[in-house]
Amino acid sequence: MPDLLIELFSEEIPARMQAQAADGLKKLVTDALVERGLLYEGAKAFVTPRRLALAVHGLPGRQADQREEKKGPRVGAPEGAIAGFLKSAGLASLDQASVQSDPKKGDFYVAVVEKPGRPTPEVIADIIPAIIRGFPWPKSMRWGSGSLRWVRPLHSIVATFGAEGDEPEVVRFEVDGIVSSNVTYGHRFLAPAPITVKRLDDWMAKLEAAKVVVDRDRRKDIILNDAKDLALANGLELVEDEGLLDEVAGLVEWPVVLMGAFEERFLDIPDEVIRATIRANQKCFVLKNPATGRLANRFLLISNLVASDGGAAIVAGNERVIRARLSDAKFFWDTDRVNGLESRMPRFQSITFHEKLGSQAERIERIRRLAVEIAPKVGAQPALAEEAALYAKADLLTEVVGEFPELQGLMGRYYAQDENLPPEVAAACEEHYKPQGPGDRVPTAPVSIAVALADKIDTLVGFWAIDEKPTGSKDPYALRRAALGVIRIVLENGLRIRLWSILRNRAIEVLQTIKQLPFEEAIDSISALPPDIRTLKGVQAAEDELLFKFASSGLRLTVFGEAVKIADDLLSFFADRLKVHLREHGARHDLVDAVFALEGQDDLFLLVERMTALARFLETEDGKTLLAGYRRAVNILRIEEKKDGRAFTGPTNAALLKEPAEERLADAIEQVKRRVATAVAAEDFETAMTALADLRAPVDAFFDAVTVNDPDPALRENRLKLLDEIRAATRGIADFDRIGG
Amino acid sequence: MIDPALPAHMRPDRSFQALLLTLQRFWADQGCVVLQPYDMEVGAGTFHPATTLRALGPKPWKAAYVQPSRRPKDGRYGENPNRLQHYYQFQVILKPSPDNLQELYLKSLQAIGVDLGLHDVRFVEDDWESPTLGAWGLGWECWCDGMEVSQFTYFQQVAGIECAPVSGELTYGLERLAMYVQGVENVYDLNFNGREGAEKISYGDVFLQAEQEYSRHNFEAADTEMLLEQFRMAEKACHKYLAFGDKGERHEMALPAYDQCIKASHVFNLLDARGVISVTERQSYILRVRELAKACGAAWLKTAAGGAA
Ligand SMILES: Nc1ncnc2c1ncn2[C@@H]1O[C@H](COP(=O)(O)OP(=O)(O)O)[C@@H](O)[C@H]1O
Ligand SMILES: [Mg+2]
Repeated sequence: MPDLLIELFSEEIPARMQAQAADGLKKLVTDALVERGLLYEGAKAFVTPRRLALAVHGLPGRQADQREEKKGPRVGAPEGAIAGFLKSAGLASLDQASVQSDPKKGDFYVAVVEKPGRPTPEVIADIIPAIIRGFPWPKSMRWGSGSLRWVRPLHSIVATFGAEGDEPEVVRFEVDGIVSSNVTYGHRFLAPAPITVKRLDDWMAKLEAAKVVVDRDRRKDIILNDAKDLALANGLELVEDEGLLDEVAGLVEWPVVLMGAFEERFLDIPDEVIRATIRANQKCFVLKNPATGRLANRFLLISNLVASDGGAAIVAGNERVIRARLSDAKFFWDTDRVNGLESRMPRFQSITFHEKLGSQAERIERIRRLAVEIAPKVGAQPALAEEAALYAKADLLTEVVGEFPELQGLMGRYYAQDENLPPEVAAACEEHYKPQGPGDRVPTAPVSIAVALADKIDTLVGFWAIDEKPTGSKDPYALRRAALGVIRIVLENGLRIRLWSILRNRAIEVLQTIKQLPFEEAIDSISALPPDIRTLKGVQAAEDELLFKFASSGLRLTVFGEAVKIADDLLSFFADRLKVHLREHGARHDLVDAVFALEGQDDLFLLVERMTALARFLETEDGKTLLAGYRRAVNILRIEEKKDGRAFTGPTNAALLKEPAEERLADAIEQVKRRVATAVAAEDFETAMTALADLRAPVDAFFDAVTVNDPDPALRENRLKLLDEIRAATRGIADFDRIGG
Repeated sequence: MIDPALPAHMRPDRSFQALLLTLQRFWADQGCVVLQPYDMEVGAGTFHPATTLRALGPKPWKAAYVQPSRRPKDGRYGENPNRLQHYYQFQVILKPSPDNLQELYLKSLQAIGVDLGLHDVRFVEDDWESPTLGAWGLGWECWCDGMEVSQFTYFQQVAGIECAPVSGELTYGLERLAMYVQGVENVYDLNFNGREGAEKISYGDVFLQAEQEYSRHNFEAADTEMLLEQFRMAEKACHKYLAFGDKGERHEMALPAYDQCIKASHVFNLLDARGVISVTERQSYILRVRELAKACGAAWLKTAAGGAA
């Protein structure tokens, strides 16, 4: 069976786009072939800086013929119907149709439409130009006087089709003046002459001879192996870097690994800075000394050339540039340390964090306050947390971080260490950014935790306050990541924090920044505001009692009301993120809902404890049966409440408890309620569940022995109230209505 | 290959000025109009009307010129080996971009002494954008053994207007190329005139003092009040000239108006270097210059050279 070879030869394709382009080409072409009835055995795409190629093998030589019968109207049908049939079948007259008989319907017309299959090359010649014109490059361009768009100017196209052993034919087509052929070109410098190619194997072999390795994975292997070998031969170890490897494999057609060196004195610069410098600017690999684990004063560059001097000039040139880059880096590192972190702080006043959220200085001030507030709850010394919060962002203004933003945090740690700040503070400078993603480590040192939480919570509250919440796939400020960070820090460290009042108080602060309201007066009293106050009435009472005053009553109305709304909304965002997080760890999200539905659930750690205990309970026989009993009770209640148009809520009237089973249930409920309440208060959810389990038997017995809808309305009412009491008893644990399954 | 018949002082690997002359010669041979620098302070050769304005409209155009480029923020008081607040760009613009533009560029490197069998020349993605000019294009930075020596761009948009045909723009960083072919580590050590001994003039002899003085000026002394006023004046004048030259279908003062846009842009760069523009203001200044550039581009299209009938 014949194979297809396509090669699109262009000017240098950006490295970062190559892999996706290869996949895209393969998918577009094979989909189009299959859509036209051309099934294939296999396909493989290739990409180098200058060419995008695809081989499809095992294609049929032509499409299968298609024969389609179209049923028409019966013989003698009205003229209109016949004319419509002729038109739709593409027939000139009824002579071209045949007549078929059906025992029931009688005689009717049939048109046979024959669609002969086309030769595959013809189909390909139709497909490819359209794919080229519509190719989904992330960014494309025009050139010269043409209107074709490609990632960079497209120069020539190879398109051949043929079976093994045969001389393949050129699939002829043209795209904006570029005519397909069987001619390609080798390496830009090493073998630029035109080459005539046949099929995949021939194309690969000839290009290989012309110093082009067309397979990206092979180029990566060559680079990695040669780099490791060269390192080893010099007693060193390659610092592997997958991202860099991907990129350099997209910058060369013929990789040649060469080693260069730089002066030892540059090793005073932190390893990470050296690596960032050499990687970002020069796209070279760094090497480690296996004995010390530190970087060696060597680097590996991947050139695209077998140079006539063995690469001496190339190495010398790269060494010169790296020397200049490292001098810059060293200069930055030295000046940063001379000037010190403290000296940079005032500049934060003139740097906007976000147009609506004030300056970086204001943000740092908020983080500082929050870190101090959180510190005692996470076992950190408030004074250390305060210092850490002050310095945590200072490295943003250093030269090194200006040059390499990815080193933020880490540089803060280095500079803090250099200035002999307390080790907790230095660690927090780096760790407060963590966790950066689901796979990243969570900080465990108390001071780092305090600043990390303060930083993330301030970000969340801030963007909530200006209504910049994440929507769909848009989350430009990485707020989901921030919320997940808070969740993981709390859960993995077993922290006990009531979130709601923290969120509310932060929202009050942020709103004051946004509305540019007088700050100090209110701020200082915010932490005196009792945590659970949610209503304006509540805040008024607190004001009177605590002599706590907002700057004005107008402020109280707008700011407090909005802050409560933000806190509520953010808390439910946390609930959502928690659900996602727990689900990823195999938990049932309905149980998160069931627990969150209770009033005032804002202690994430406790919430998860409660949920875990509940999940375990629901696995047991007691749990399952109780849930069934609960549902039965609620169903009956719902129906009867609807009938009567009223709600039945406890307590029951003891005098009306006639049957022993209902008496026992009422007793059990009373006891269980009390025991659950005590256990929950002691945060002992296992015991709470054991208590709840004791409801199972009386509930079952009740349904066995008692008819709820007694003819006596007083008895019926009392029994319905008893059912509601079952609901009430479970409420101490969770909202059982929300439990699914 | 360097022309072996050249006297030593005219070899591009011996003197800075010979490098420049060689490039001029090379591009003259390709049919370019060899222009002289624009007589205003600009941040890059792109600002020269021979690029910005000529890239607009349907008329073919080929030009090459050296352009002194001022980057106030790049001042290093003469202490950085390859970063200058005033340096020379060699600018080539070919419209429409020819199919063999990359080959021409590589040949020009050979002409100044870069042996392509010995050096690793690479085209590394670098999309060019000038927010102040409302311009962008796709292309590469050209590396020679890891050193960025040129910028290579296919203009897609200039002054907010789609380019059709597309111009190809080459910008050579002359000092960096010269360091490369002369094999020196520090820009100030470049041989400027190709002479040796007492007759030799180095790049430092010509420019070191200027770099020191202008760094002081750019970062410490430039009169910000005056500059703020100059920005406003240039902006106002630009609008005024645009209105004056506007004759409906035709425009009669696109070039003088564009001069004021250039002026505003440079003044903005100076203010920026002085650190008196906050992050938020910065954006709005850029937008103001872009508005001028766009209006000048639109006016240019209504002139004869801009292709108006
Ligand atoms: N401050 C500088 N000093 C010396 N050479 C420079 C400086 N900035 C850039 N260059 C050189 O000039 C070339 C063009 O500069 P680039 O910033 O890319 O120009 P443009 O702004 O026109 O795109 C660069 O490739 C580099 O070689
Ligand atoms: Mg550049």
